[in-house]
Amino acid sequence: MTPPTAPDTVAGGAPGQEPSPLLELLEGFMGELRAAGLPVSLTENLDAMEAVRHIPLEDRDAFKYALAATLVKNNAHWRAFETVFEVYFSLRGKEFALRSDDTAEGPDPDDDDTAGALSDGAGGAGGAGEGLTPEELQAMLFQALSHGDDPLIRALARQAVKRFAGMEPGRPVGGTYYLYRTLRNLDLDDTLEKLMDQARDDSPQPLTPLEERLERDEYESRIDRLKKEVEAEIRRRLVADRGPEAMARTLRKPLPEDVDFMHASREELTSLRKAIYPLTRKLAVRLARKRRHGRKGPLDFRNTVRHSLSYGGVPAEPKFRYPRPSKPEIFVVADISGSVASFARFTLHLVYAIAGQFSKVRSFVFIDGIDEVTRFFEGVDDIGEAVHRVNTEADVVWVDGHSDYGHAFEVFWNKWGREISPKTTVIILGDARNNYHASQAWVLKEIEKKARHVYWLNPEPASYWDTGDSIVGEYGVHCDGVFECRNLRQLERFVEHLA
Amino acid sequence: MDYRFESPAAVRSSLKEVDYLSDEGIAGVVFLADRLGKPVLVEGPAGTGKTQLAKSVAEVLGARLIRLQCYEGLDESKALYEWNYKKQLLRIQAERNNESTWEDIEDDIFGEDFLLTRPLLEAIRATDPVVLLIDEVDRVEVETEALLLEILSDYQVSIPELGTVEATQIPMVFLTSNNTRELSEALKRRCLFLHIDYPDMEREKEIVLTKIPDITEQLADQVARIVRSIRQLELKKSPSVSETLDWARTLLLLGVDSVSEAEATETINILLKYQSDIAKASKELAGDTSGARKPGVPRT
Repeated sequence: MTPPTAPDTVAGGAPGQEPSPLLELLEGFMGELRAAGLPVSLTENLDAMEAVRHIPLEDRDAFKYALAATLVKNNAHWRAFETVFEVYFSLRGKEFALRSDDTAEGPDPDDDDTAGALSDGAGGAGGAGEGLTPEELQAMLFQALSHGDDPLIRALARQAVKRFAGMEPGRPVGGTYYLYRTLRNLDLDDTLEKLMDQARDDSPQPLTPLEERLERDEYESRIDRLKKEVEAEIRRRLVADRGPEAMARTLRKPLPEDVDFMHASREELTSLRKAIYPLTRKLAVRLARKRRHGRKGPLDFRNTVRHSLSYGGVPAEPKFRYPRPSKPEIFVVADISGSVASFARFTLHLVYAIAGQFSKVRSFVFIDGIDEVTRFFEGVDDIGEAVHRVNTEADVVWVDGHSDYGHAFEVFWNKWGREISPKTTVIILGDARNNYHASQAWVLKEIEKKARHVYWLNPEPASYWDTGDSIVGEYGVHCDGVFECRNLRQLERFVEHLA
Repeated sequence: MDYRFESPAAVRSSLKEVDYLSDEGIAGVVFLADRLGKPVLVEGPAGTGKTQLAKSVAEVLGARLIRLQCYEGLDESKALYEWNYKKQLLRIQAERNNESTWEDIEDDIFGEDFLLTRPLLEAIRATDPVVLLIDEVDRVEVETEALLLEILSDYQVSIPELGTVEATQIPMVFLTSNNTRELSEALKRRCLFLHIDYPDMEREKEIVLTKIPDITEQLADQVARIVRSIRQLELKKSPSVSETLDWARTLLLLGVDSVSEAEATETINILLKYQSDIAKASKELAGDTSGARKPGVPRT
């Protein structure tokens, strides 16, 4: 690892000047972590300062883990931390400047290990004067990937960025644009296929499917490494151009727990899905715990007497009978109409996850008609398939496919109302935008009378409630609670509330 | 104060001597825990060596491992200390015919002789080197968590009848958690945080080679590769490191020196514990790639 000692990287800080450049840099770093939403307390701040005193600063990994161990107390925040860390403590210096005249002097220190591998000084002036043609670069890249030669991959990533990204100082475009341009030119999908072809040719016998799969995994992981290097290189150059503060700001993304369900990107939804499982496990544990420790039962006389024997007949340790735990039953009723489409997809995952944790969960989905979909989630291992079946097989459209809560509730009550018992907890998921249909709020009133609890989770911001055709207020009076539930943090708070 | 470790690299190499292969993160945090005198909160999926880390550190240091296994309903009397009241009652009974005053007896029965130390107090009072392991701390209730706070920040325990017991040394403390519940801010603030994930392929291969000396390099490599491939599938439960080791041992016992699809699918029940996972992975390994891979998950 090249030693990017943090103090040296602070441009312009005169040596020996107080306060020390490292402290200043750390302060900016922690400020950025807070701005990114990480809850960094004062104690943790001080711990981090103390920790870096014990770590050899030239050991970049140790430095990174020292900061992580003291500042990040939740693994979901690791990515946010890593981004800020890379921006603040990445290799910095003149050689990353975007204008070519700055880079003309001296070879890059980072390329020392590979200088021999590249036909001419890799750190030479960007743009003109490169010894490699694009074809040669492709060929070398192929070789590097084929052998898994990490230093060479790193050097080639830098070359590729220099050549293909077309970075210009001060140009107000994000790193993803440069990343896209570089990767498009490298055509990695094609490279992967060529690598696979070569592997097939090299093998004496035809590859078995298993071997093929393992080869592909290996090459894919090497290509991933290359992509990461390209990304890092672009980031380094952008930091050199714009400074860490500005860079960190542009890279700032909401933490997983703050991502809005309604507007989550595909990638965000994937990570949200993974976060749901622990959450439902928590829910299950909490409900179970509550049942077990909820209240003490009557005195168990026999047991108390039996135990008093060891204290010479003094009933020093009273024993109680615990009530038999009742098994809760959950009814989930979810709106899956277009207006809440991405929430709905998330909802179905939530329903699936809940169903996996509780013995008795029945799920219903509706748009303007309503259907029970419990069977789709039973014994299904692939949630994608279950969601697909819900979307294609469930009978949820009654007239025109615009949500009609009133009608849906009415049908729900007529068909399944009598199965609601005092053990049942009903959870309704939806935005209560009723397209000006009749609300039929009396159904909820009846449900509330029969069920143990009725909760409503609304994916809209509370300030939008009861505006336009939203009538959540009308339903809300018959619920034990209406919760804004736009992100994991709020969902988690709801889970806490339940317990 | 004497430090236990020279540098993160020294932690790594001495852990390696007791067959625990760490990475930079693990070694760095253990090193810091020693230097800063702080407990380490270790999180991560099951079977990645969280508990083993504490055991191995104890082994490296030649220290006694004191383990507190947490569970629901764990309370002060099980974690900290308890008065041996059977013995106290007997004592009172025995004194009944004597002339001694109540004060004498009271002084007597709340003395050391009647104190039952539990793991936490035991660790605090130890004069020999100890490593304290508080296992699965997320299983205790939030209220019980508060019990730990005094110990973890000040290394002392207050016993009303005896006063405050302070530690003669700062022991190394490891807390493990499977994250079934969010731990309190107060607890997290007092700890260094370490997330132990599944090892990358190279490290897993090394772990296999270290733990199973008889295995061939080639087989270990294949095992690690197949496990990496399986972990990329969307499964109910990904194989843990211990399951990887079990699988490698099985293959070795069966005399396999190169894993084919047939052997992989026949023995895969050692690696995976759910029928649906087994079915999915077998299908995948046999080359049927219709099943979806995890979309967009970065490899680590």
